[in-house]
Amino acid sequence: MKFRSQKIAYNFFALSMLLILLQITYGFIMAFAHMGYDGLHEWIPFNTATATHKNLLVVWILSGFMGAAYYIIPDEADRELVSPFWAKIQFWTFAIVGVIAVAGFHMGWFEGRKFLEIPRPLDYLVALNVVLFLVLILFTLLKGKKQTTTAWVLSMGLVFAALLYLPGMIYFENLAVDSFFRWWVVHLWVEGVWELIMGGILSYLLIRLTGVDREVIEKWLYVIVGLTFLSGILGTGHHYYYTGGPDYWLMIGGIFSSLEPLAFLGMTAFAVQMYRKGNKKHPNKLALFWTLNTAILSFLGAGLLGLAHTLPQVNLYTHGTLVTAMHGHLAFWGAYGSLVFAIISYAMPQMTGRKIYDNQIGNLAFWITNIGMLGMTTAFAAAGVSQVTLERIAGYEYMEAAKVMQPHFFVLIIAATVFTTGICLYIWNFIKFGKPVDEAIRTEDDSAFQAVTA
Amino acid sequence: MLSKKQAKTFFLGGTALFFLIFLALSIHSLKVGIPENTHPEKMTEQVELGRYLWDKNNCMGCHTIMGEGAYYAPELTRVYSRKGPDYIKAVLTAPDGWQPRGRKMVKYNFSDEEVEGLIAFFQWMNEAYLNGFPPKPQLYRPE
Repeated sequence: MKFRSQKIAYNFFALSMLLILLQITYGFIMAFAHMGYDGLHEWIPFNTATATHKNLLVVWILSGFMGAAYYIIPDEADRELVSPFWAKIQFWTFAIVGVIAVAGFHMGWFEGRKFLEIPRPLDYLVALNVVLFLVLILFTLLKGKKQTTTAWVLSMGLVFAALLYLPGMIYFENLAVDSFFRWWVVHLWVEGVWELIMGGILSYLLIRLTGVDREVIEKWLYVIVGLTFLSGILGTGHHYYYTGGPDYWLMIGGIFSSLEPLAFLGMTAFAVQMYRKGNKKHPNKLALFWTLNTAILSFLGAGLLGLAHTLPQVNLYTHGTLVTAMHGHLAFWGAYGSLVFAIISYAMPQMTGRKIYDNQIGNLAFWITNIGMLGMTTAFAAAGVSQVTLERIAGYEYMEAAKVMQPHFFVLIIAATVFTTGICLYIWNFIKFGKPVDEAIRTEDDSAFQAVTA
Repeated sequence: MLSKKQAKTFFLGGTALFFLIFLALSIHSLKVGIPENTHPEKMTEQVELGRYLWDKNNCMGCHTIMGEGAYYAPELTRVYSRKGPDYIKAVLTAPDGWQPRGRKMVKYNFSDEEVEGLIAFFQWMNEAYLNGFPPKPQLYRPE
């Protein structure tokens, strides 16, 4: 850590850790309900649990991104954050809006649109909060001694993520129009501008962890984010197949969303190649593991499992079934969850001065979370395929099919327990680092590099 | 070999080009395609009330409509033709909340007007053309 103001990142990371635990809790409530054990129905009905589960996901990932930006931008721009005081205000208001939203879900206060359940009055507060965040980040970058490509890509990702939230705030009477714009937010976030954020954070981590020349890494960063938009923008069409849009989306969405895995494959090849090219090895093995994990699992979860049901001929049957949950879980975990874990794993030793780079708990957390999530993905896949076969092909009533799917939710709970154990270990490790201290400030971050013979 | 500048041009140029295409198609979809498929002129006040209640109660948190939502309860795009208005009314007004095969739906205290609104909304949805979704169940039987 080079600057005192980078310490604010810790608050956001800690909030992420707290919220992921809560998110998982609601996941369990839903999985048990699917199995028929819905004892909490009176207090936390399924629609409350799902809104909470999904929004906590979005908030903890965004919190991780914000923490990452507060850590990375001062470092890249080579100056203190313009106002640590306002950054703290931004953190607390962000957390408070999140708490109000979650409490609101429990009182039946919804906007009622998947992933955008936060009611509109709160949307304005979210927007204000994000404007404050962006002002702090952009001013730091513009006033900085350097404006690197990595910092720009990351910042632009954040700016466009904020802009794309706006179409989601407008009310459209026609449900099909509403859905059309909802995907401008959700799809263009996760398969568009969030990948800019992901590319920015990954390239920062790779520069720090592998010692490969910045120019080389940033050149490939452009190629990858270029591929992302080339496929991802028109790939939005895969959400317009069966939601009231005209039929040309079947062709356009099919072709371009099939190309989306290329961007993720590019990300994987990029990370793995840079790792192999690196003539220096940073001792922070765990951060490197999580970085490579992000690159590989995002290709598997977002790329391949997305491809598995993106063609309109397949999607006609899988659309609106648990097959989507299969893809969604591994995609979010692989691309974004794991990325937040990577930046936290990198930043914590730097911020606290405790060089826990490679320890048993950290390693266990890494393997157990990933094995657990792969198990969960498999359980969702089995449930999804059953649902498609029974409901869409054999014509079972929904509840008839749901009864047959129950054993898959038992497997899901087992796998989720494994995953949760891993998350708890990761959080235990996080707590063990303690809080960031001024003594950890170093003029040169990369002093930890060890030269290795190629 | 590709230079950093060329890579940047590829990124900015490609993004701008595909964004413009997307924008043009979006405008066409919103002005022509979606209205043709969904008949907004048939959205009466009742339909709008139903739509409002659909969002307000986060029905998407259990059901799917046009295949979008959660997977805890049935798809409702064609529920009007599949089950009919009387059945829907029975579900929405069940005294202890609807409980098909033990799965519980939240008990809503809808007024008659609200129930009619939701039924009108499902009727409107039923008439939307969605490129063949939901597919007609048909077990594969070799001829």
